[in-house]
Amino acid sequence: MRIEVDIGKTLRSNGRDFTLDVKFACEDDLGVVFGPSGAGKSLTLRAIAGLEKPDYGRIVVAGKVVFDSAAGIDVPTSKRAVGYLFQDYALFPHLTVEENIGFGVKRWWQRQPPADAARQIGDLLELFELRGLGRAHPWQLSGGQRQRVALARALIRHPDVLLLDEPFAALDPLLRERMRRELMNTRMLFKVPMLVITHDPEDVGVLAQTLVVLEQGRIAKTVDLKVAPYRDGEGRMSERSIRALLTSAGEVESPQPRPTIRAVK
Amino acid sequence: MIDMPTSQEVLVPLILTLKVAGWATVLATAAGITIAFAIARLRFPGREMVDAMMMLPMVMPPTVLGYYLLVLVGRRGIIGEWLYDKFGITLIFTWQGAVIAAAIVAFPLVYKGARAAFEGVERQYEQAARVLGNSEFEVFLRVTLPLAWRGILAGAMLAFARAMGEFGATLMVAGSLPGRTQTLSIAVYEAVQAGKDNIANFLVFVTSIVCISILLASGRLLRPHHAV
Repeated sequence: MRIEVDIGKTLRSNGRDFTLDVKFACEDDLGVVFGPSGAGKSLTLRAIAGLEKPDYGRIVVAGKVVFDSAAGIDVPTSKRAVGYLFQDYALFPHLTVEENIGFGVKRWWQRQPPADAARQIGDLLELFELRGLGRAHPWQLSGGQRQRVALARALIRHPDVLLLDEPFAALDPLLRERMRRELMNTRMLFKVPMLVITHDPEDVGVLAQTLVVLEQGRIAKTVDLKVAPYRDGEGRMSERSIRALLTSAGEVESPQPRPTIRAVK
Repeated sequence: MIDMPTSQEVLVPLILTLKVAGWATVLATAAGITIAFAIARLRFPGREMVDAMMMLPMVMPPTVLGYYLLVLVGRRGIIGEWLYDKFGITLIFTWQGAVIAAAIVAFPLVYKGARAAFEGVERQYEQAARVLGNSEFEVFLRVTLPLAWRGILAGAMLAFARAMGEFGATLMVAGSLPGRTQTLSIAVYEAVQAGKDNIANFLVFVTSIVCISILLASGRLLRPHHAV
């Protein structure tokens, strides 16, 4: 994957200005944009998808220029070939699980998705452990199942890149660990590059090859997490050095002490 | 001995009323959806002014609306003259004229319902549809409209009820020609004026039943169903 972002935008609300001015490139297939809430992460991700229009700058996704203010290019969202996982998934409440997954491969005049798309929907239901839930509606699903439906809905279109907005924030902490692993399996299976935004340090070690740290609308640093000291010789990540990195970036006040359980005598 | 009203005296105005109210609802709903969607989704100078103007027919006396219509579509009106010269169409004293009068009076109800319904549709669903490759037209057809239809339908039903009961503007524009432009509410007035109490009673009863049914049905539509 190659994503290049070099954009600026000023938002004005209640007399307060927020200026986003970011420039980064991500060569790796796994990028994480990390920062506290209000740092401009969502705005950046939305700009890549075309849901927000920067005041100026340039965005390149997988070799295609999708936005270039100097050249007057602004490819509409529907033509950008990106997948987008919304924080609370935005599954269509009036459609079933099957209809949600097939939404992007069926045109409005078709009553049913074409045969090969229908087969893919079946495969995805199987793969994401949603068998038997094809006719269910989103409100009948658990949080983890909703995320899987949202993933299937995005992946069936074979996007150039999958953009994920705080993918685990809506889940309870016990489920997060499991869904992170699931997401990594999905990535291997579909070979889809991902760009994740998060404010959860736990996500960084698992999901990032390239880490972009965002602070108050600006890039604080861009770090390659594939090499030492963040990986050892066998490619295992070092949680301590990543935590130290995020702490020194001023994002985490201090490493949360691990809860200890003492036996009561 | 009570002499029952003849079918001529009841059925004819009833059928005419349903026809006029039906067409008026179709017109008001088409216009209501279009304008409400524009107001709910677009930001342009004068938007609040347009929004307020759309509610005018609700607060203005129907006779005033009827007068405006006469000025516009009457034989010497700006639109009326053009229609007559070009197509030989006259709206005054026709059932089509009654449709226009009823549509304008009923319009605010469907407009208000549709605007609230569109504003209630979360933008994120529309954005999700765009990311999934849908054009603006497809987003409207596949996401916005299906998520808003209950509110729109409830508004359209109230508009139908209002169109059925239309009196003032209809009388000014279409008059009271039995069998041609004499709708239920006008027939009630004429029956009372002529002292035909049994006809009046019957017409009032029929109108009340229809209106109460519509209110119940539209209330049912607006009751929340699933939380998502």
